[in-house]
Amino acid sequence: MKIIVPIKQVPETSNVKMDPETGTMIRTGVEPIVNPLDLYAIEEAVRLKNQYGGEIVAVTMGPPSAHKALREAISMGCDEGILLSDKKFAGADTWSTSYVLSKAIEKIGNFDIILCGERATDGDTGQVGPGIAAWLNIPFSTYVSQISEVTETKVTVKRIVENGYQLLDVERPTLITVVKEINFPRLPTLDGKIKAKQAEIPVWGPEEITAESEHLGLKGSPTRVVKISTPKVSRDGERFSPKTDGEMEEVVDCIIRFFEEKEII
Amino acid sequence: MDYKGVWILGEQDRGKVQTVSYELLKRGKTLAEKLNVDLVAVLLGYQVSPAELESLIHYGADKVVYVDDPVFGNFLPDPYINSLTKLIDKYKPEILIASATSTGRTVAPAIAIKCHAGLTADCTGLDIEEGSRNLIQTRPAIGGNILATIKSPDHRPQMATVRPHSNQPMDPDPTRKGEVIYEKLEAKFLKSRSRQVAFIEMKEEGANIQDAEIVIAGGKGCKTEENFKMITELAKILNGAVGASREAVDLGWAKYPHQVGLSGKTVSPSMYLCAGISGAVQHLAGIKTAQNIVAINSDPDAQIFQLADIAVEADMFEFLPMLIEKLKARLNK
Ligand SMILES: Cc1cc2nc3c(=O)[nH]c(=O)nc-3n(C[C@H](O)[C@H](O)[C@H](O)COP(=O)(O)OP(=O)(O)OC[C@H]3O[C@@H](n4cnc5c(N)ncnc54)[C@H](O)[C@@H]3O)c2cc1C
Ligand SMILES: Cc1cc2nc3c(=O)[nH]c(=O)nc-3n(C[C@H](O)[C@H](O)[C@H](O)COP(=O)(O)OP(=O)(O)OC[C@H]3O[C@@H](n4cnc5c(N)ncnc54)[C@H](O)[C@@H]3O)c2cc1C
Repeated sequence: MKIIVPIKQVPETSNVKMDPETGTMIRTGVEPIVNPLDLYAIEEAVRLKNQYGGEIVAVTMGPPSAHKALREAISMGCDEGILLSDKKFAGADTWSTSYVLSKAIEKIGNFDIILCGERATDGDTGQVGPGIAAWLNIPFSTYVSQISEVTETKVTVKRIVENGYQLLDVERPTLITVVKEINFPRLPTLDGKIKAKQAEIPVWGPEEITAESEHLGLKGSPTRVVKISTPKVSRDGERFSPKTDGEMEEVVDCIIRFFEEKEII
Repeated sequence: MDYKGVWILGEQDRGKVQTVSYELLKRGKTLAEKLNVDLVAVLLGYQVSPAELESLIHYGADKVVYVDDPVFGNFLPDPYINSLTKLIDKYKPEILIASATSTGRTVAPAIAIKCHAGLTADCTGLDIEEGSRNLIQTRPAIGGNILATIKSPDHRPQMATVRPHSNQPMDPDPTRKGEVIYEKLEAKFLKSRSRQVAFIEMKEEGANIQDAEIVIAGGKGCKTEENFKMITELAKILNGAVGASREAVDLGWAKYPHQVGLSGKTVSPSMYLCAGISGAVQHLAGIKTAQNIVAINSDPDAQIFQLADIAVEADMFEFLPMLIEKLKARLNK
């Protein structure tokens, strides 16, 4: 079985800086990490491989330094890493990002399952997984909290939705986006780290994946970030510090009035 | 571009139109009025009654486009995506907004690819740019640290998902008239490569936090599982959902579906009341779009107070029982 895991490198801190001109992220000076939610996709891939055999290919589109994310994936148990990096890819929205990833996945070929994270902690759209599936025209499932069975023809998954869990049989090959509930990601092993350090990471650009240049980067993206602002953090709320029972009671009454005002009771 | 009209993607569950549809109609109405075009609700379902379809008109739709098929009895991506893509191709709306529910977030990205449309995720604000008629979309990103304004000037339809409960529906007008169009689609659009084998209802009360109007949340400050039950009780009295910080989930006081924050759920209720939660950035990321926040914490410097509309610096073990008693009396419970 061949499993492909698209992973994204994201900035570590929550204090990310933006370029006000282009509306894109300034990545210099911020420690990049593997998107925390992608660790669950990697872990699930490793578990499936241990159970059913096969190989795992991690793939990322990002700057040249994103090979580090792939090495981390290899240290956790992925077999190979492929880096999609080229100036022409820069500034892509989710439409263009999923296009590039789907072209790379087509080139890798012969895959059975693609595992994505639910969303990336920076762009935070959760759109890339379903987007890849649409490009490849394969069935997909989102918000998956369990992969219960993989047979020759289908995969059985459990999806978490607003009012419960949906159990689905899905034809193979298929794409799955996983939620945190699915597993506990393992730590890299010493062997894994050695393997990761020695791994050859091929770098593919538009030619290698035969991508149409008008679909790439900022130019190939339907959406445009036109403005970035920092929302006001403080709401300048009212502050109460009741000390006595009487004061406490007054504050309770005040909250009940607030509930009434906002029509929630 | 001969694309015209504002569409909202309605949602139904077992034939009942969901509130998020009415919320979208309110958003869509503002846009349709500015553009001076029709507001259309598109709905996919199975045996949805005419009265339910009419309700979309009462809540603001000028037209309803409805496709009826057994395949829409449960949510499955293929028939949803293929049918909507086909309908967009036929009617050519200039704007399509969906709710950022598990359904909307699943189908909208795939439709955007197929229609070569821009899609802005999880918007909290939508407006029309004067002159260009472009849709101006505002959304929080990077854990809520920034607000991005996004346009898709050269592609139609302009697509967006909107946070559920980030606005109220309009008051329904039962005298409002409109047209319901029953669309028939060829079988190829209704095929599915996945099949539902079972649905397990979330039995636990108050788990549906993303959909909830009221969320009552507790954190590590509750100190024990037993004490966390105060949170559950308060939620029950107010018909709200139970939320929890990651600490409270890790300690086993609440299950993961209740977790609010960066690695849990984002909630946008009318009221978020929390006690014993410090307000770590990862937690705040999940509640920034709550309309009203009440926070109870014994630490005067707790970060959660920055985001609170009402900040109560008190011991929750003294304060909550009093609030619970008074609310019970007020609501005759
Ligand atoms: C402030 C801001 C707002 C934005 N808003 C939008 C928007 O509303 N609409 C839009 O189309 N674009 C938007 N973008 C652009 C978007 O962030 C990028 O296209 C980004 O490359 C992918 O989107 P994401 O981070 O949301 O990933 P998500 O869709 O949240 O990621 C989901 C999963 O897809 C996989 N994945 C995602 N990116 C990669 C990658 N580069 N390589 C390998 N796997 C990957 C991972 O498995 C990941 O867990 C925005 C960017 C910024 C900076
Ligand atoms: C990648 C990542 C993702 C994360 N995702 C999430 C997430 O999704 N959601 C989330 O919540 N966290 C998340 N966290 C964890 C987050 O950083 C915090 O550790 C967590 O939110 C703290 O939970 P808490 O507020 O319950 O506990 P604490 O920070 O321990 O706060 C307990 C609070 O209770 C107060 N208290 C104590 N006694 C009383 C009393 N008697 N009366 C009133 N108040 C009292 C204290 O003053 C304190 O403020 C994430 C962290 C990381 C690194």
